[in-house]
Amino acid sequence: MTPRARDILKDGLWTGNVTFAQKLALCPLLAVTATATNGLGMGLATTAVLAATNLAISALRRVITPQVRIPAFILVIAGIVTLVDTAINAWGHELYKVLGLFIPLIVTNCVILGRAEAFASRNRPLPSALDGLAMGLGFTLALTLIGAIREILGSGTLFAGAALMLGAPMGVLETVVIPEYKGFLLMILPPGGFLALGFVLAGKRLLDARAARKAAAATA
Amino acid sequence: MIEKRPLIAGPFAHAGLSTPMVMAWVMIALTPATVFGLGLFGWPAIFLFVVTVGTAVAAEVACLRLAGKPLATLGDGSAVLSGWILALSLPPWAPWWIGAAGAAIAMVVGKHVFGGLGQNLFNPAMVARVALLISFPLEMTRYVAPRPIHSAVAPDVREALAVTFGIGGRADLDAVSSASLLGHAKTELARGVPLSDALAGGFDPWQLFLGNAVGSLGETSALLLLLGGALLLALRVISWHVPAALLLGVAVPAAACHALDPERFLPPLTHALAASTVFGALFIATDLVTSPVTRAGQLIYGAGCGVLIFVIRTWGGYPEGMAFAVLLMNAATPLIDRWVRPRVYGRDRKGRPLPVREAGR
Repeated sequence: MTPRARDILKDGLWTGNVTFAQKLALCPLLAVTATATNGLGMGLATTAVLAATNLAISALRRVITPQVRIPAFILVIAGIVTLVDTAINAWGHELYKVLGLFIPLIVTNCVILGRAEAFASRNRPLPSALDGLAMGLGFTLALTLIGAIREILGSGTLFAGAALMLGAPMGVLETVVIPEYKGFLLMILPPGGFLALGFVLAGKRLLDARAARKAAAATA
Repeated sequence: MIEKRPLIAGPFAHAGLSTPMVMAWVMIALTPATVFGLGLFGWPAIFLFVVTVGTAVAAEVACLRLAGKPLATLGDGSAVLSGWILALSLPPWAPWWIGAAGAAIAMVVGKHVFGGLGQNLFNPAMVARVALLISFPLEMTRYVAPRPIHSAVAPDVREALAVTFGIGGRADLDAVSSASLLGHAKTELARGVPLSDALAGGFDPWQLFLGNAVGSLGETSALLLLLGGALLLALRVISWHVPAALLLGVAVPAAACHALDPERFLPPLTHALAASTVFGALFIATDLVTSPVTRAGQLIYGAGCGVLIFVIRTWGGYPEGMAFAVLLMNAATPLIDRWVRPRVYGRDRKGRPLPVREAGR
């Protein structure tokens, strides 16, 4: 039975969120989120890959025999990531220079293979593409949120360099949150990634616990 | 998996020490060095101390409320003590937000995310000190020469407000800043100046021992810190194992290296008296929560801290390595506790019962 579109979206963005619920793909998460711009760029790149791989794998799911599915999936994923990598290098060169190594490494991002295995290989192409999109957007949300926290605390700005990396129209996002800020270097350095992730996860659990209490009170 | 172990039965006796009492005794032991430090560096130091301890208590209250724990545990004094120790390890004329940010980091990140008092893996005050040192290297390494509170060069309350809070104009700290002994030695060595020239005329071990020296708020006077430490040892709040092992861990490699090349390595006495060695040995490394439980483990832990302090001071990027060394050995504490286990009475080291000797033989 094909899941409904609403459930797919809700699962990707919140209940089954890559970062907040599945706690997958933490390596790119911690590595690129020193600024919100980097997080947003990496998130969008991953989203493009996820939607495309889910679509392709779902379309090929009757051709690929179960015994060789993992290598076959990886081949498809690697091909698509190479396309995205080249495309970003061509049209978003500034972003490419910052994210650099992490774009090809999307191949090894466990979320991509995870969704291929758990969703795309069992569902029709359109829901699969939607699932990839939803999961990708959920991941983008997490990357941007953690990037924003680290950037605001670390350097007092938000979406710095957005115009340069994501294109001139995105320049409207660039803001200076705290003028004449001295900078809290710890948040930019790797420990800041772990700290921000930890506090965001705690915050999500707090919200979920509150929602569960409300639901319990409503039924009682 | 539940290990099959014998139940250990009593008789047990209560040592009579409770958590609030331990905290109170440590505070009493810290008082002489604190009062001396506050007097030595004047009003800015007093403001910084008040802000740091106050923020630590406020952060503790906020965390306890958020976690739904009773506020009564505030009375154990651990928040005051953590803020206190952090304040003593800061440069005395640091701006107020250094103390406030540090105290908040110590309480929230260093202690309460682990579950509160007794659960933390790392010493909260040292977590905060390292976080501050990495994030704000300028403010955390700007020391001033002693300006005793009643002397002519001491800033009055109004000037002190400018130093600490930036009220009424910003104080020009660069004009009064002065290098600590370890920092001075490090920069001179990096320039290729031999130690005998670098320290010529500026170094008196006796002054270092008494505490009339450039340094962090409460770390300057080895004498008063030793007095406080002696009190804690006499009361058996701390044992001698960690401090002794730590001091030897610093002094032995320092003596060996100094004997090999006195122009490149500071003498062991300087290492033992300068900056936070004594403070760390007696009041930081001995933290009951983050150090090993067995005596042998404490010796390993203390020696590890000492050697790391020497290594970081000598070859590291920072002139002082106390906080880093303690955090690294904190991380090793669970491992040490696994390795060094006391023998259960009546059993050998592997937990097998000892052979029973027949009566009458």
